[in-house]
Amino acid sequence: MTETPLVHLNQVCLAFDGKSVLNGVELKIFPQDRLVILGQSGGGKSTMLRLILGILKPTSGEIKYKHLRVSRLSRSKLNLLRSRIGMVYQYSALISSLNVRDNLALPVQELGRKSESEIDALVEQKLAMVGMSGTESKLPSELSGGMRKRVSLARALMLDPELVLFDEPSAGLDPVMSSVIDELIINLTEKTNTTSVIVTHEMDSAFRIGTRIAMLWQGAIILDDAPDQFKRSDHPVVRQFVTGGVDGPMTETLPDADST
Amino acid sequence: MIPAQGGLINSALLYRIGFLTRNALVTLGSIVWLLLNTAEELADNIRRGRLPFRLSALFTQADRTAVGSVPLVLMVSFFLGLTMALLTGYQLEKFGVERLIPSLIAIAFTRELGPLITGIVLAARIGAAFTAELGTMQVAEEVEAIEAMGIGPLRFLVAPRLVAIVGAMPCLSVCAVIAALIGACLISWVTLNIVPAFFFDAVLSSLLVNDIVIGFFKAAFFGLVIGLIACFKGLTVQGGAEGVGRATTGSVVVAITSVIGFDSLFNIIVTQYTK
Repeated sequence: MTETPLVHLNQVCLAFDGKSVLNGVELKIFPQDRLVILGQSGGGKSTMLRLILGILKPTSGEIKYKHLRVSRLSRSKLNLLRSRIGMVYQYSALISSLNVRDNLALPVQELGRKSESEIDALVEQKLAMVGMSGTESKLPSELSGGMRKRVSLARALMLDPELVLFDEPSAGLDPVMSSVIDELIINLTEKTNTTSVIVTHEMDSAFRIGTRIAMLWQGAIILDDAPDQFKRSDHPVVRQFVTGGVDGPMTETLPDADST
Repeated sequence: MIPAQGGLINSALLYRIGFLTRNALVTLGSIVWLLLNTAEELADNIRRGRLPFRLSALFTQADRTAVGSVPLVLMVSFFLGLTMALLTGYQLEKFGVERLIPSLIAIAFTRELGPLITGIVLAARIGAAFTAELGTMQVAEEVEAIEAMGIGPLRFLVAPRLVAIVGAMPCLSVCAVIAALIGACLISWVTLNIVPAFFFDAVLSSLLVNDIVIGFFKAAFFGLVIGLIACFKGLTVQGGAEGVGRATTGSVVVAITSVIGFDSLFNIIVTQYTK
């Protein structure tokens, strides 16, 4: 018997102002997967995360979360679904006017029914999980990029989500901090049995974190495989992306400098 | 060839007018959508047995909107009342009817200038702040992060601001009327020998409940218009820091123009209806 996917992107197409971004994406995310989505900058990777969250609606095709059709949900049901999904943004997206404690407490205060003392205990627990204990009273502007990412991860875990989406988790971080974040993602998702989708274009992170790697190219998934198989793929686009070579199909599709 | 050129110019002009009208209607529709969706999110929360929004957020917004604006509203209205009494006093004195000043100032400020001046001050001071804040949050993906958590961003961000400004406007309008009357009373006493006791007696006898109700209604409506425009402009910011700046300027300009426009429309309707 085949396993039921947690999320299924079924022939999803999306266009903005007539320009196609996703062109028939077919992707299944299974429980406890750590799926890494690779692809060029501006290729529609982050857009896929927004489609899963129902922030964007596909032009055609459908996104299913278990048996729910995401784009057909009412506002209240969509909000309920979103509370089961955590999202870590590229630039953390912490609420700048709230301190760390209030940023973490926000989803629980707004969606849960816990007392303030219970929320405090939960905040303390989640901050300890990401190694950020003692920062409760700090404002996001007082934290470094890596610290903000960790707080953002702690916030995403506040409602014990089934699925956590990571948009470029190591973007803008030094290699050491990048590895720390990668380890954190692995440990936390294993500890909490959470499924995660990680969008990145950093190969080291992708092979370190992923249990599956999917390659998005020209609006479609061209390869979806285990990291070892992915590394050995002879698909020219995948090869060029893995090796970082200048010559190949990716460079050929870049706009001519003279024409821009 | 000349008629053809004229035809081209006319069609370009028509196209431009059509384009601007379409844009204005789309914006108006989007603002109404914003109001309805905010109400829907509030209703959703109430249905789930929760408070419509955080009371602490409402108090914070009310404090900065109402309490923070009191000095500016008082100062502007005081000097405007003083100037209006001074200038009209000299003219009315020529006809020996300068004793009409108290009722003139009272009615003008209660029905018209109080809500209008307060609206202009709040559009510049608070509308700009709302747009800049929400715009910065929008650019930093904070609004989307709130949405992604399953928290209605309109309920969380827009509703407390709207309720605060709608509630603050009538209260500040009363402050504006009082300040204007004090300014007018002082200058009338100094330049026209109208004693304060007579001044305030004339004010009380000239004001009708209708004037006060109209003033209150107008002020609350202007608050709704300013709040909606400011929040809409903030939530639709595009293009980083420059976009935030552009939206903030646009918010102030559109809000002030709309307040004056709605005021004129309201006056025309009320005047026609009560004739």
